[in-house]
Amino acid sequence: MKIPIIYNIRSLRQRPASTLTTAIGMALVVAVFVAMNALANGFRAALVSTGSTENVLLLRKGANGEMNSGIGRQAASIVGGLPFVARGADGLPLVSPETFVVVPLERAGGGRANVVVRGVSLQAFVVRNGIEIVTGRTFRPGTREVVVGVAYTKRFPNAGVGQVVRFAEEDWTIVGHFAAGGSSFESEIWGENEQLMPVFRGQIFQSVTFRMADPSAFDGIKTAIEGDARLQLDAFRERAFYANQSEMLTRVLSFIALFVASIMGIGAVFGAINTMYAAVASRSAEIGVLLTLGFKPRSVLASFLVEALLLATLGGVIGCLIALPINGLVTSTTNWASFSEVAFAFRVTPSLLLTGMIFAITMGALGGLLPARRAAKQTVIDALRAG
Amino acid sequence: MTVGGLIRANLFRNKKRTFLTVASVAVAFFLYGVLRSVTTTLDAAAAVGSEARLVTSNASGITFTLPEAHANRLRSVPGVTSVSWSNWFGGYYRDPQDFFAQFAIKAESYLAMYPEIQITAGDREAFLRERTAALVGVGLLEKYGWQVGQTITLKGTIFSGDWEFVIRAAYTPAEAAYGDENMFFHYEYLYERTNGQITPGWFVVALDRPESAADIAATIDAQFKNSTAPTKTETERAFQAGFVTMWGNIGFLVRAIGTAVFFAILLVAANTMMMAVRERIGEIAVLKTVGFTDGAVAGLVIVESLLIALVGGALGLALAWSTFQGRNPMQAFFPGNGVTTGTTLLGFGLALLLGMISGAVPALQSARLSVTSALRRVA
Repeated sequence: MKIPIIYNIRSLRQRPASTLTTAIGMALVVAVFVAMNALANGFRAALVSTGSTENVLLLRKGANGEMNSGIGRQAASIVGGLPFVARGADGLPLVSPETFVVVPLERAGGGRANVVVRGVSLQAFVVRNGIEIVTGRTFRPGTREVVVGVAYTKRFPNAGVGQVVRFAEEDWTIVGHFAAGGSSFESEIWGENEQLMPVFRGQIFQSVTFRMADPSAFDGIKTAIEGDARLQLDAFRERAFYANQSEMLTRVLSFIALFVASIMGIGAVFGAINTMYAAVASRSAEIGVLLTLGFKPRSVLASFLVEALLLATLGGVIGCLIALPINGLVTSTTNWASFSEVAFAFRVTPSLLLTGMIFAITMGALGGLLPARRAAKQTVIDALRAG
Repeated sequence: MTVGGLIRANLFRNKKRTFLTVASVAVAFFLYGVLRSVTTTLDAAAAVGSEARLVTSNASGITFTLPEAHANRLRSVPGVTSVSWSNWFGGYYRDPQDFFAQFAIKAESYLAMYPEIQITAGDREAFLRERTAALVGVGLLEKYGWQVGQTITLKGTIFSGDWEFVIRAAYTPAEAAYGDENMFFHYEYLYERTNGQITPGWFVVALDRPESAADIAATIDAQFKNSTAPTKTETERAFQAGFVTMWGNIGFLVRAIGTAVFFAILLVAANTMMMAVRERIGEIAVLKTVGFTDGAVAGLVIVESLLIALVGGALGLALAWSTFQGRNPMQAFFPGNGVTTGTTLLGFGLALLLGMISGAVPALQSARLSVTSALRRVA
């Protein structure tokens, strides 16, 4: 016969101080676990969601990022004429030749940060998926106007529509803000490539991105482009390229999250074992009574395990509640592949909270098992005498 | 029985619990040691550059170079004793993930300016004589099993193609924080291979009086303000710190985690001490009956919790120290990382604090314990 759960709830309430300290100890561990993973999640989301699987990004052969690539006008126009490039409703090829530089700008909180300035044509807003102007309008070709990503506006001063940002010794007027589905484009400044080319690196683009007419044909397209002696280009799937750029940092962040949480978890399990042992020791008499009443040792074991799990669940819930407010908090770090700043938000997702709860319950199970076995192994006589 | 014996008996009455408590405290201090070392390493990295040298780079950002002609104008600025320059090469050996820094330098003047790069006179000669020669840190030799005299091939990412270098010299850094995983080679080699398409990445400027650094930096930038390539001049330390701050709020994050960890463990330890005392109420009453004062009983409890905290703290710090020994992956980014004396001292201070706090409540309880009521309960 099972021992009713209400027995465990009442015993936990019987010693509120000890219950709360153990639960809060676990809660802090869960909170740190959730927070660290929310950070890694947010960063991954910012870079992995950058780019589309239907697009191909081209760089100069051997370049490992947009920053150290260079593609001449001629190569860029050859790409526009290739047969596997998709065409828009107006019949024009969906190709976006882009310039890419990073410029140092003063951050809102003081200190400088490198920001990506991307020179695009209006076609880029069609080719690069999910770009959406949320405030103002897009830049007019032939003018010194730029649009900035929504993440940029949170990190840098004077980012409002109508305000002016100064780089490359020139003033550029911000005419709009764009969103890009939380991707790293949102940390960038976009202007017209024909305006940016002369003030930066001369008549070369850094990358060319195009939409594939048939996205399933990527392997063939890659072979065709990389084998074309006129081009001297490497081809990547756009999304895979950006994911790859963030690979190292994502790995570092995930490692730190796992390392800190597991070490803390071990500490918390030790704490839980201690608490449960103490609970078992101080309730010897009760255990004796339970056994005398005819409850099986198995039921006693189950009951103490349930109690540890209850404690862990309480800790898990408190921990998740502590971690919840960080959701959406914007922080930034450097994408080392381009030496530029990427702003991203902590992302506390339902599945992450679930993982946090599972983490808490696992700690409870590990912490409760040994003490529960000790409780179940007692003989009636010993238990009653000890009490 | 002596007082020491009494404390020992108390500690070992429940071996499992004492072990678990010491272990959880050790875990906390291990994390503390590792996390704090990350922040001290970041701080040290920000302070590694010299304040007696200036770095002049292109005002438009790090991807832009400067005309070589700037060098002559820099030399003529009053207070400047010598000028050299360097370029970031950005190549890799075998695998793109295998990171180490390579710089193309104007060798003779650069080496004269950097006492940090310690190199024998013979090695220096050998390196300067040969156009494709490379000077590498001893850490790199060890990491890749290279020998002086060996030819190595790097793949360029900024400057495409395969680049061959002959290792002619190895240096040891004068201070660990400078790093022993850098490679230097001749700017002229880069210049020739790129058909003269390259110009200096940044200039390094040595000064006769470091106090005037700010004024000289302003003078330099004013000089180039209306040139084709306006400059940004700052002390080398500020230049380096700029790269370190690019790590963002990691320092804050690490401190926040550290605090959370410390509180979690404090709760665990305090809880255990309270349980230990609760269990022993009868004994404490007996001690009082045989003449132990309130203070003595409280002292016993405090000493016990201090011992647990200090032993756990020492174990954890030792473990943290050992993780930073040998070549760790952080070495390439943050040379000379490790647990500092400050971290160790603060760690012991925290352990002491932990022992005091977690022992305080139970010590107070046992001091206030009324003998009659305690004994009644036991009986």
